[in-house]
Amino acid sequence: MTVWAIQGLNALSYGILLYLVSVGLTLTLGLLRIINLTHGSYYLLGGYLGLVTIEVTGSFLAGLCVAGVAMMALGLATERLLFRRYSDNEPAQVLLSLGLLFLLGDIALGIWGGTARTIRPPELLAGAVPIGSQQFPSYRLALIGVGLLVAIGLWILLERTRLGLMVRAAVDDPELAQAMRVNVPLVMAGVFSLGALLAGVAGTLGGPIVGMYPGGDFDILLLATVIVILGGMGSLRGAFLGALLIGIIDTIGRSSFPELSLFAIFAPMAAILVLRPQGLFGRAF
Amino acid sequence: MLLVRWVFLLLLALLVVFGPTILPPYYVNLATRVLIFALFAMSLDLLLGYTGLWSFGHAAFFGFAAYGVGLFTLRVQNNVILAVLTSLTATLLLAALFGLLSLRARGVYFMMLTLALAQVVWGVAFKWRSFTGGDDGLPAIPRPDLSPLPLKAANSVDFYIFTAVIFIIAVSILFLITRSPFGASLEGIREHETRMIVLGYNVWLHRYLAHLFAALFAGVAGVLFAYHNGIVSPIDLSVVRSAEALLMVVLGGAGTLFGPVFGALVVELLKHFVSIYTERWLAILGLIYVITVLVAPNGIYEAIQRLFRFRVAPSSNLAPSDHRMRRWILLLRRR
Repeated sequence: MTVWAIQGLNALSYGILLYLVSVGLTLTLGLLRIINLTHGSYYLLGGYLGLVTIEVTGSFLAGLCVAGVAMMALGLATERLLFRRYSDNEPAQVLLSLGLLFLLGDIALGIWGGTARTIRPPELLAGAVPIGSQQFPSYRLALIGVGLLVAIGLWILLERTRLGLMVRAAVDDPELAQAMRVNVPLVMAGVFSLGALLAGVAGTLGGPIVGMYPGGDFDILLLATVIVILGGMGSLRGAFLGALLIGIIDTIGRSSFPELSLFAIFAPMAAILVLRPQGLFGRAF
Repeated sequence: MLLVRWVFLLLLALLVVFGPTILPPYYVNLATRVLIFALFAMSLDLLLGYTGLWSFGHAAFFGFAAYGVGLFTLRVQNNVILAVLTSLTATLLLAALFGLLSLRARGVYFMMLTLALAQVVWGVAFKWRSFTGGDDGLPAIPRPDLSPLPLKAANSVDFYIFTAVIFIIAVSILFLITRSPFGASLEGIREHETRMIVLGYNVWLHRYLAHLFAALFAGVAGVLFAYHNGIVSPIDLSVVRSAEALLMVVLGGAGTLFGPVFGALVVELLKHFVSIYTERWLAILGLIYVITVLVAPNGIYEAIQRLFRFRVAPSSNLAPSDHRMRRWILLLRRR
């Protein structure tokens, strides 16, 4: 019983981490219709920048802030300079963002080398909490808490505030929203950079659990892609449930049938797509 | 005039088959690689340029066929004909299944779906170590025995000639497909789906067939690749390969049959020479992606044309030109 509780908490914390990355992808894909594969780089670079900052300042919080702000700036810059020009041209977006993914991944490999790096959790959370007869790292528990707070915050922001209303209006009908004096380009840039910020923060948050390694940007991007497809593009609820589902499947898969663990992630996605091509909570298209 | 054209084509074919054989063996191998990837890129262009389906997981079929040949040769028996037939049949079956799933979606969704489906295949090859060799791949796939032909596959010049002959046959078939009424209907679907439905075309079936053809030719390229390279690894199934093919098509010009050949030539040569001089060639490759989109979104040929004509280019990127649209309309009328 305790083993299952521990497994469940592991899956939950991993799923929460995946959620933080997927939010940005689902928002840019579903709301802005921009395919941004560079999202994986935001995560990986966020992790590395967090690592450097923590090594210099010794503060985990500073690492989170630097990673988030730097990736927000990077996201804003790529959106304004590159993606904005190709808003209706998906193939161009794919090639552009993939090129940037290669470029940034290779630069990271050049700077931080080929060995995997991890971040030490903050002192306060370095211990473990007893659960039944077992110990569970308190860092992972804190991560679950933070993720849930972010999820609730985002939901309130998008569904219950005037700002969220503007975002949803800009997505549904950009021209009409513009006519109603919503600054659509600004709203879209804001959503884009928010997604990049969350991915950067997730990079540092994932440092003690997943760590940073070359190719980590691709791995996380693919998981996030599956989650976004599963949950339906543009749906926060879908991203949350999808991330938890993938977190559970991946955690069980890795320990029970490692040879087919990746297959186990993609199989339910294929199954759901057969039944609901728009994803669990996606709008019909 | 027709005779001149045929003589010209024949000479061109002979040049492709025998031209590079005078090069040093090292460059003969490079030329073999270029032809294999050119065929792969052309197969993707059938989907992307002609049918307007932006597949982002085309390497699934390329790598699946390559793995098929490798597994059959190493695990069952070293028989070329059986290995190739089994592998291509399996590739077609995979494509038949994937097509049923992915063709339910359009646009962005189609791209993400094809990507995810390709990742399933990649994931299996990468993790199922006991069967596929995991990330080490399948090493030491022997070159095939081409005994009825006067060619020895172990010899790089002979293998080049073999590849070139297959390449030319495949190109001819692709040419016939794109010039047929079927090819015209694909372009019609790309340009105006609703109109094609109204005209009574079974749009889904046409897309599905295009998908199968594209997968089959990607499979042929994969088979050649497995024999040429002697080792197949998960990277041949990965998004990196799919993206490379995408770049080749866009660089050469989507919707033209010979553009992707040119794109493959440029990308393979660049990759080759850049990787000699620097370890950071992935970064350079990334830059090439970005520069391609910024400078030559409709292919190099069009970019050069634009440069010399000083004409304002049409703003919609990656869109077909008017004369091509006129051509498919004419072809459809003729039916």
